[in-house]
Amino acid sequence: MSVVEAKVPAGFVPVYTRPKSLSEKRFTYCPGCHHGIITRLVAEAIDELGIQERTVGIAPVGCAVFLYEFFRCDFAQAAHGRACAVATGIKRANPDLIVFTYQGDGDLAAIGAAETIHAANRGENITVIFVNNQIYGMTGGEMAPTTLPGMRTVTTPEGRDVRITGYPLRMSEMLAQLDGPAYITRQAVFDVRHVQMARKAIVKAFKNQIEGKGFSLVEIVAACPTNLHIPPVEASRWVTEQALKYFPLGDLKVRD
Amino acid sequence: MAKGLVLVDKDRCKGCGLCVITCPFAVLAITSELNRYGYNVAGQRDPEKCTGCGMCAQMCPDAAIEVYRLRPVKEEV
Repeated sequence: MSVVEAKVPAGFVPVYTRPKSLSEKRFTYCPGCHHGIITRLVAEAIDELGIQERTVGIAPVGCAVFLYEFFRCDFAQAAHGRACAVATGIKRANPDLIVFTYQGDGDLAAIGAAETIHAANRGENITVIFVNNQIYGMTGGEMAPTTLPGMRTVTTPEGRDVRITGYPLRMSEMLAQLDGPAYITRQAVFDVRHVQMARKAIVKAFKNQIEGKGFSLVEIVAACPTNLHIPPVEASRWVTEQALKYFPLGDLKVRD
Repeated sequence: MAKGLVLVDKDRCKGCGLCVITCPFAVLAITSELNRYGYNVAGQRDPEKCTGCGMCAQMCPDAAIEVYRLRPVKEEV
């Protein structure tokens, strides 16, 4: 029962209420952070499929490090980048559980690239939510492997120079080449239509796991308004104008 | 009479304004009211226009918004 529900007058029926899988804890994300939308979508997917009792999440290191406090389901906290490896262990030890990881780009694409690629290649029956905001948010806005060319960060004050630091890593395209994964898709959450599409993709990724299809990864292109130093409303526009040029949306691999 | 009702959990709201730009009828606005964390919270500027579509709640990054819609009263035959 939510705090606000008591004030609803007679005759009104709920259109949207806070997901039951979320705890009462207030999100620790910055104002307007797309992480909040994605966390909420994962909770909605868990509610929709009715799997809260047997879901185990793996919290990453990064902005979503307190994820275990936001959800009303079991959680394990993995070392930086090792969420897929921990998820593999939990899923293999108890295949009845629904195991998902929720990782940022610093976690999944940088230090955890090896664990992710091998978990995908083995076709582990887990669900991975990959939040790609092109920056290391929690530590103060350093360059990540997914940072766009020319993008200013704390460690690339003149903009990312591809001659020195290389090109942004398209993790989803890379994983889609492998035979292991069942479902690889890239979504975004900058407007309501895309939020609904991302929600469908997350539900599908969880369904794949329930049906035993194998490794499913949903990449979500997000913005970090705090480290871009722009208001949240402009950050959503930034995603459409800048990030989506390098990270086009759509399903990259769907195995039936 | 408004068809919809938007309830904002003021302690959760961080005043990011994503609900304000999402609302198709300009019902919501960032108010001058501060919550206990010092954020200007979102509120209904024009509650009569609300249709209860729920788009603001789908966009809210803090799951602070709940939306209700007036149930159409069935006429007795």
